[in-house]
Parts: sequence; structure tokens; C-alpha cells
Amino acid sequence: MNIDPGWGSFADSKGPWGAGGSGGDGDEPPGGPWKDGPKRGKSSPAPQSGNLSSFEEFLRRNRARWSPGGQFPRRPDGSFVLWSIVAVLCLWMLFTSTHSIAPEQRGVVTRFGRYVYTLGPGVGMTLPSPIERVKKIDVESIRTSDLGSGSEEDLMLTGDQNLINIAYSVRWNIRDPQLYLFELKDPNGTLNQVAESAMRSVISQVSLSDAMGDKRIEIEDKVAQITQQILDRYHSGIEVQGIAIKQADPPQAVTDAFKDVQAAQQDAQKYENQARAYAVQITAKAQGEATAFDKVYAQYKLAPEVTRRRMYYDTMEQVLSKVPKTVVETPVVPYLPLKPGADTQQPQSQQGQGQ
Amino acid sequence: MDSVRRHPWVAAVAGAIMLLLVFLAFPIVPETRQAVVVRFGKPERILNEYRPGHPIGAIGAGISWRIPFVDQIVWIDKRILDVDMQTQNVLSTDKRWLQVDAYARYRIVNPLLMYVRATTEDNLQAQLKTILGSDVRNELGKQPFAALLSPERQGVMDDIRNELNSDASKYGVEIVDVRIKRTDLPDGAPLQSAYESMSTAREQEARSIRAEGMKQAQIIQAQADADAAKIYADSYGKDPQFYDFYRAMQSYKTTFVEGADGKAPAPTTIILSPHDDYLKQFTGQTR
Repeated sequence: MNIDPGWGSFADSKGPWGAGGSGGDGDEPPGGPWKDGPKRGKSSPAPQSGNLSSFEEFLRRNRARWSPGGQFPRRPDGSFVLWSIVAVLCLWMLFTSTHSIAPEQRGVVTRFGRYVYTLGPGVGMTLPSPIERVKKIDVESIRTSDLGSGSEEDLMLTGDQNLINIAYSVRWNIRDPQLYLFELKDPNGTLNQVAESAMRSVISQVSLSDAMGDKRIEIEDKVAQITQQILDRYHSGIEVQGIAIKQADPPQAVTDAFKDVQAAQQDAQKYENQARAYAVQITAKAQGEATAFDKVYAQYKLAPEVTRRRMYYDTMEQVLSKVPKTVVETPVVPYLPLKPGADTQQPQSQQGQGQ
Repeated sequence: MDSVRRHPWVAAVAGAIMLLLVFLAFPIVPETRQAVVVRFGKPERILNEYRPGHPIGAIGAGISWRIPFVDQIVWIDKRILDVDMQTQNVLSTDKRWLQVDAYARYRIVNPLLMYVRATTEDNLQAQLKTILGSDVRNELGKQPFAALLSPERQGVMDDIRNELNSDASKYGVEIVDVRIKRTDLPDGAPLQSAYESMSTAREQEARSIRAEGMKQAQIIQAQADADAAKIYADSYGKDPQFYDFYRAMQSYKTTFVEGADGKAPAPTTIILSPHDDYLKQFTGQTR
């Protein structure tokens, strides 16, 4: 009988798989479900074996009946149908008991709904489909959930009761595929909600300028940490790889005021630069003049009287050679063709003082 | 067996019915569900009941049994579920409105109780939603506005969770966590005034930055002036009399010849007395 070896080899080869899986579930000996059958069989007829053996018997009887006598004229048809059923069953078993798991995947094996073990990458063998099912989960690749403001503003309140428009993304992958599958009804939605809650709680503890400025990295780390803690408490099997704040801006309604602050900073910088330029100029001038004076003074020291007179005459020469001059007897009050410029007296008096 | 041969169709139907009975009698309980077996309306057994601390894959899920057509199975989710509160307006103790959005995560730990009290998961969800909303409003209403945003928040959430848990345990539900998802200022006046206060704060900042810049600029200039004065004083202080003369000479040159700031000097006529010091040799006299 052809079905028999099929089941036989199936029962045999189950050994290694059971052993392979026993790392994960030691309490589940190979052939667990088959042991369950007979146990339950006390209360009710064994489900699988009874059903199967009756099916086998049915086939065997039919064959036995049909092959020798052939009361039915469509004997070859019956045989063909039988063989094709057997072939389909074999193919079915072959395809549903071998699973190729890609390097980034894990295969979570359930036996009649109960989790038994997780297949690593490579080719894994299980019992055929209705008995054991494999759910392949991509654990390695890092997914990204974008949260916060996409098209419209998503405002959060900061610690100093300002509003900030924030957009961020969570990078995550799956640490425990079986937890991911069985613990949470909606793991992805949970992750988003948890990350949002964590981000709000962190943002509500920092000031607006910190959130917009240099504390971003701290905030990201803290949010990732809190998110991970909460997800661990849910046994979510999710690992948060990181949070990235993509945007942290003031709300659009107050952008102008924020731009004015920037302008003010540049203005302040401009004032200071101008003052520095002035300072450089004024000190350089002072140094130049002082040095010039020092040099002249050094020479003056060597011959005070002569130097003084020489300088006096040099200057006078330069001055008087360039201007019209009149020499008069002082007691006489002269009538002079003075050009307009009433202050001509002043230089004279200054001149007197200069000596 | 002759009967089978004689009535193959009857046999086939009988087989199908047998198969159906087998399927009905041995339900498969997945890891994600628990089930209450109800016999004629009376709960009989619980399949795959949640027990805290049991790892996944422990006894519970798998093949089970029931008496077909007598036992009904009510499926109840075993995983952590969530209930999302509708956005609530909360009035803080200092009479400020805040829009709060919270969620709770829960697990049905006593499916029997849950089945008896709420019957369906949807019904349970609706009831929890109502309770969560009122608990959040009550607890947050006891807090000042600042506490709703500050680290104190975690304590508040624990209070809400305890409160909710005591209500939810009547439904066989354990609250895993309650969290505030959003705290927003309500649209309209509160939001506008927040914007305004932000704007004015920025204005203030801008002004103080400009003032600070001017102050720094003035300090720098004054310092430079002082430095220059010191340089002059150090240098000229060595001989004030000579400085007076030296500077006067420079000044005459500037005034009459070169002009200040690159401008030509105003035209000048100088009247000299023959007794002037400059002309003392001019008259041939000796002093």
C-alpha cells in the first residue's frame, strides 16, 4: 500500500526535526501530537489515527475489492483516481513540510495552533501543513515608522508651555518573532502609539529652545529608551533601533517672530563687528601717533633748544609760505583789504601762544 | 461493508459528516486566543486561559475537544489589546483647558468573567472606553496645568491606571498600561494666546539680543578709547611741555596747510607784527 510508507517515512523523519526543535521546547518530545491522540482517545476515539486508519482501510478495502474481481467496469478509472490522490498527497506533504527560510527571516512553527519552536535561516523541516504551520517573519530588516507632522502641523507642548511642530521616525526590527506574533494584537500600531507617547512625555520636560536646538540627540536617545522600556513591558518582541527627529520647528503662526530673533542675533553681531573695527582703528592710530612722538622726543632730548627752534621755523615756513600775509606796525590800527574770514586774528594769537 | 458498496453516495455523505464531526469535535486553539466552552448557555471550561508568566508554547494552545452541537465555543483574544480614548477636554485646577488623548493597553485575564459581564469583545471595548474617558478626566482634573506636562505626569498615570484597573477587573480585564498620547491646547482662544505669548517672548528675546549687541559694541569702543588714551598719556606724559609745542606745530600745519579730514583749509590771511617772534631776525634786531 502506497500510503503506508508515506506515513512511515514521515513518522521516521520526524525524529530529527523533533530533536532539532527540542532546543526550544524540551518538554515537547518528538511526535508530541501523536501522543496526545491516544491520551485523549480514552475519552473519545483517537482523532487523527482513527480517522486516518479508517481512511486507509477504506482505500485498502476498495483496492482489494476492485483488483481481483472487478465488479465495476471502471476499475482502471478507480485506480487512476486513487493514484492521483496519493500523488497529490505526497506532493502536498513535500511542499508543506519543507520550508526555506531566508537569512533575514525566522519561521515560527505552530503545531495545531500551539507554538513549538522557531526555525532559523536555511531549509527547515516540519510536519505537513494541517499539523504544523510555519509563519515566516522578517526579523532583521529595519523598518521605519514616520510619526508626527506629515502634511499638516503636529504640535506638541514643551516644558515651558510653548508649542513645537515636530516630525520624527522610529527605526525598529523584530527581536522575538514569536512574541511579535502572539503577544500584541496590533504590534505596529502599538509601537506608533508608544513612540508618540514617549516623545510627548520627553518634549514636555524640555524647553522649546532645547527641543529645537542642541538637545535633539539627547531627546532622541531618551525617547528610544522609554519606547523600548514600554514595549518590553508589553512583551512586544520589538527592538527599537533608534528615533530620528526630522523636523522640530516653531508653529507656522509664530515663524516670523522666530526669524526676527535670528535677525536680531545678526544685528548684534554686526554692532560688535563695527565696534571692533573702530577699536582696531583707534588704537592703531594712537600707537602710531605715540610712536611718532616718542621718536621725535628722543631726538629732541639730545638737543632740546635747537630742535625746538628748527621745528618752529619749519612749521612757520610751511604755514606762512602758503598763505597771504601782511606785516604791519602793531600799535597802528590798520585798514586792511581783508578778505572775508573774520577769524584771521585767531591764528595770530595762537601763534603767539605757540612760542 | 456491502452496504458501502451498494450505496457509495450514502457512504460518501456519511464520511463527510464524520469528517465534519471530527472537525467540530476537535477545535484548534491558536496561541492568540482563549476560548470559553459554553454548554447550553452555561460556561463549562476555558481553553488556553492566560496565566501570567507562562511562556508562549506552554500547555494551553493546541488541539482541544468539545461535544459537537452541544458545546459552543466563544473565542476571546488572549493578546494585549488596546482601547483608544476619544479626545477629552480636561479643565485643570488652575482653570485652563487642555485637550487630552490617552490610550490603555489591557489583557483579558479572566475570559469567563469577561464573557459573563460583557459577552463580546466589542462590547467590552466600548465599556472600557467610557470608563477610561471618565477616569482620565477625573484624575487630570485634579492636577494643575503644569503638572499635566511635567515629570509628575507619570505619577498621575499610575493613579489613572489603578483606578481603571479596579473598574476593569470586574470585567476580568487587567490594565497593562495607561498612557497619554497627546496633550494639546484646544483650538481657538487658548491656542491663539499660546501663539501670542510665544511671539511676544521672541520679540523680547530679539530686543534683548539687539540691546546686548549694542552694549557689547559700546564696551568695545569705550575700551578702545581708554586704551588709546593710555597710549597717548604714556607717551606724551614724558614731557608735557614738549608735547604742547609738538602738538601746536602739528595743529598749525593742519589748520593752515593740510586741512583736516582731507579738506583743503579755509583761505587765511595772516597779519604779522614786525615784533613778532618769527620776524625777530627780520628787523635785524637781536633780543
